[in-house]
Amino acid sequence: MKILALDTSTMMATCAVLDENQVLGEFSLNQSETHSENLVPMVKEVLDNLHLRVEDIDIYAVATGPGSFTGLRIGVATVKAFAHIYKKPVIGISTLEALAYNLPYNKTVVPMIDARRDRVYTGIYTWEDGTTKTLMEPTVLDISLLLEILEKDYEEVLVNGNGSILHGDTIKNRLKDKVKFSTMGNNFCRAISVGELALNKYKNGDVDNFYTIVPEYLRESQAQRDLRKKEQI
Amino acid sequence: MLTLAIETSCDETSAAVIRDGREVLSNIISSQIEIHRKFGGVVPEVASRKHIENINQIVQEALDSANVTFKDIDLIGVTQGPGLVGALLIGISTAKALAYGLELPIVGVNHIEGHVCANYIDHKDLEPPFTCLIVSGGHTYLVQVNGYTDYEIVGRTRDDAAGEAFDKVARALGLPYPGGPVIDKLSQSGNKAAVDFPRVMLEPNSYDFSFSGLKTAVLNYLNQLKQKGEEIIVEDVAASFQQSVLDVLVEKSFRLAKERGMDKIVLAGGVAANQGLRTMMEERGKKEGIKIFYPSRVLCTDNAAMIGSAAYFNYMAGKLSDLYLNVEPNLDLI
Ligand SMILES: [Zn+2]
Repeated sequence: MKILALDTSTMMATCAVLDENQVLGEFSLNQSETHSENLVPMVKEVLDNLHLRVEDIDIYAVATGPGSFTGLRIGVATVKAFAHIYKKPVIGISTLEALAYNLPYNKTVVPMIDARRDRVYTGIYTWEDGTTKTLMEPTVLDISLLLEILEKDYEEVLVNGNGSILHGDTIKNRLKDKVKFSTMGNNFCRAISVGELALNKYKNGDVDNFYTIVPEYLRESQAQRDLRKKEQI
Repeated sequence: MLTLAIETSCDETSAAVIRDGREVLSNIISSQIEIHRKFGGVVPEVASRKHIENINQIVQEALDSANVTFKDIDLIGVTQGPGLVGALLIGISTAKALAYGLELPIVGVNHIEGHVCANYIDHKDLEPPFTCLIVSGGHTYLVQVNGYTDYEIVGRTRDDAAGEAFDKVARALGLPYPGGPVIDKLSQSGNKAAVDFPRVMLEPNSYDFSFSGLKTAVLNYLNQLKQKGEEIIVEDVAASFQQSVLDVLVEKSFRLAKERGMDKIVLAGGVAANQGLRTMMEERGKKEGIKIFYPSRVLCTDNAAMIGSAAYFNYMAGKLSDLYLNVEPNLDLI
C-alpha cells in the first residue's frame, strides 16, 4: 500500500511517498508562497525516481490546514484531482497535528504557524501510546494570549513551526527556561508526518473523499465577517 | 479528439467535454451568483472557497453527461488567466494533477480567447479572418482575428470595461448585481433618446474606448435630479445610457471591419448577450452587407466549453503548456 502525502500550508511545499513500513521518498522546497507552479512537477520528480505512476498510489494524504488559504487550496485541489482519477481515498490531516507529530515528546508540544498581525495558528499536543494526543484543538490566537496560557497552565513546553521562529524572542522572554525550541528539520510540517498520520487514520477506517474534503481555514473570509457584523447591528 | 476543459476564473465553476474544438458533449456551469449577490459583487476569497468545494463534482458531471470517462480524454484545457488569482488556482491545480495523472497534454488557455472561441461552437462554419468585439465585465477589446490563434488588438478600453460601466450605473440606479442584464431588460421599455449622454469616440482614427466619462455623466445626471427633487425614470436612464455605450461599440466595430475589408463581425464576452447590442449590430450589418455572429446566451457567460475550444485550437497550432503551468491573473489577450 502506497501513500502520497502533500503539504502546502506554509512557504514550504513538501511531498512524500511512503508505505506501511518505510519512507520511500520526500521532496521539500522552501521557495515561494505560490506552490502552484512547482507542486505537480515535485510529485512527478519523486514518483519518477521511484519508478511509480499516479495509478500506483493507493491513498492520498494532505495537510488541510490551518495555514495560507491559497496554499492550502493548491495542495487540497491537487490531491483531490489525483484521487479523483482512480477513485482513491483522501485523508486530511491537521497541519498543526502533523507539526506536533514531528516531536514525539511526552510533555507539551505547541506548534505555531504564522497567522499574521502577531497571531498564530496553534494547538497543544502531547505524546501518548505512540502518537500525538490533542490537549487543545487547533485555533488562532494572539501570541501574547497563547504565551499567557502556556505560562500559567504548563510546565515544560516544546515549540515548533514558522510561528515559533518568527516570535522566537517574545516566546523566550516570556517562557524563559520552560521552553525548548525545535531543530530546523522539525520546524516545518513534514509530508512524511502527514502520510504517517494518514496511515493511522486509514487503519481506523477514518477516511475522507475527494468530492467533499476541503481545507480547514479556521477563519471566515474577511467579507463574511464584515457581513455578519453588519447583520448583527 | 476529446478535450476536458476547466474554467474557474471568477464566480463560475465550470467543466466541459468538447470534441474537436466545436462540438459540446457537456458543459456544466455552477454559478455562485446567489452567494456573491449579498456582498454586492464577487468576493475573491468566497469564490475560491466555493470553487474547491465544487470542482470535482462539476468535473464528474461533465464526464457523466458527455457519457465518457477520464480514459476517453485526449487533452486537458484550463483557464490560465486573466481572472481572480485564488479562483484560477483551483482550476489550474486540478487540471495539472489530472494532466499528469492521466499522462495527457495540457493547454493553459487565455480566458478572453475562450470568449472568442465560443463562436466556433455555435457557428460550425465560422472561420477566421474576422473583426471581433470582445465586451465583458472585465474587458473591452476590438480585435482583428487573422487565424484561430492569431489575434491583433486594434482597440481597447482606456479606463472602465463596458460591462463594468453597466454594473456601476446599475448600482447607482439601485438595481441588483450584476447590472448588465437588468439594464438591457429595462432598456427595452425605456426611451433611449430621453437623455443625451455623451458618446466618447476619442481621437478620430482611434479604435480605443473610454467609458468612465459616460459613467460620471450618468451619476451627475442622477444627482441633479435628486437635488431638484425630480422623479427618476429608471427605464429611460437605463435605455439612454445603454444606447450611448452601444453607439460607440457598433460604430467602431463597423469602421474596423470596413477598413480591413471584413464581411464578418463576431461578438464575444458577457455583453454579447445584450439584446440591444445584438439587434443594433444586426440592423447595421444588414445595411452594410456584413454578417454578424454571436454565441448563444449560455456560451456568452463564463463557461468551460469555450475554454475547451480554445485549448483545442492552440493544441492544433502546437501551443502546448507543461506541468510548470501557472496562473496569470493579469494576462492580456496577446
Ligand atoms: Zn469572461
